[in-house]
Amino acid sequence: MTGPGLHAYLTLAALVFAVGLFGVLTRRNAIGILLGIELMLNAVNINLAAFARFHADVAGLVFALFTIAITVAEVGVGLAIVIAVFRARKTVEADHLDLLRG
Amino acid sequence: MTAGTLGFWAVALVLLAASLATVLTANLFHAVLYLAAALVATALVFLFLEAPFLFGVQLLLYAGGVVTVLVFAIMLTERLVGERITQTSRFLIHGGVVATAVFVGIAGFLLRAAPATPGPPTGDRLVDLARALVGPYAPALELLGVLLVAALIGALYFARAED
Repeated sequence: MTGPGLHAYLTLAALVFAVGLFGVLTRRNAIGILLGIELMLNAVNINLAAFARFHADVAGLVFALFTIAITVAEVGVGLAIVIAVFRARKTVEADHLDLLRG
Repeated sequence: MTAGTLGFWAVALVLLAASLATVLTANLFHAVLYLAAALVATALVFLFLEAPFLFGVQLLLYAGGVVTVLVFAIMLTERLVGERITQTSRFLIHGGVVATAVFVGIAGFLLRAAPATPGPPTGDRLVDLARALVGPYAPALELLGVLLVAALIGALYFARAED
């Protein structure tokens, strides 16, 4: 199966990254922000796999695996924090979490 | 245009549409489902990149694990029954401007870069990957295990019930 060139993959990854960044910037709900972060990390994985393919270097795949594992850990801790915040404040709207505002 | 290229653009279109739906839809539960679609489309992109192992890992960890955990978190923090779990967004224009600027910046780098030719076929890359993971990257792999255990304990600590 022959796909397109490297630039196509990098452009696709850049688009997904921009969409994820838009989600992080505009979502009010903390879980919605986490969804945007997931999209951005996915775009990075596409980049890593594309470079691994076109440079015939397995290091890109290793790094993609590491990114996936770290993302899973990040989601676990992030959602635990969201649940803890919800217990304490009864909301997960990022705008309402201003306890430390001076 | 070969069949592979055509298939790639079809998958890319699905991935982009699912990503946009994830960040734009008002219902948070639907957003998670769109995210699952985007993650599966990413897994298909890995197939086009001749990385079948990443395809499997992506399906198992992301589409299987992360989405399940996200659904649990939504069920714990939102009242699914009775009230609509719509959510509003803010700073749509600002966010759009920043995201577009970031994309234009990356695209500028891409336009200046020389076109790359595919590397030579590398035989069984799964064997290479396994050798790399237990060879030069073995310390990193061990650290990754420590990180996962630490994250697990940390998540338990945060989410445990107060007593």
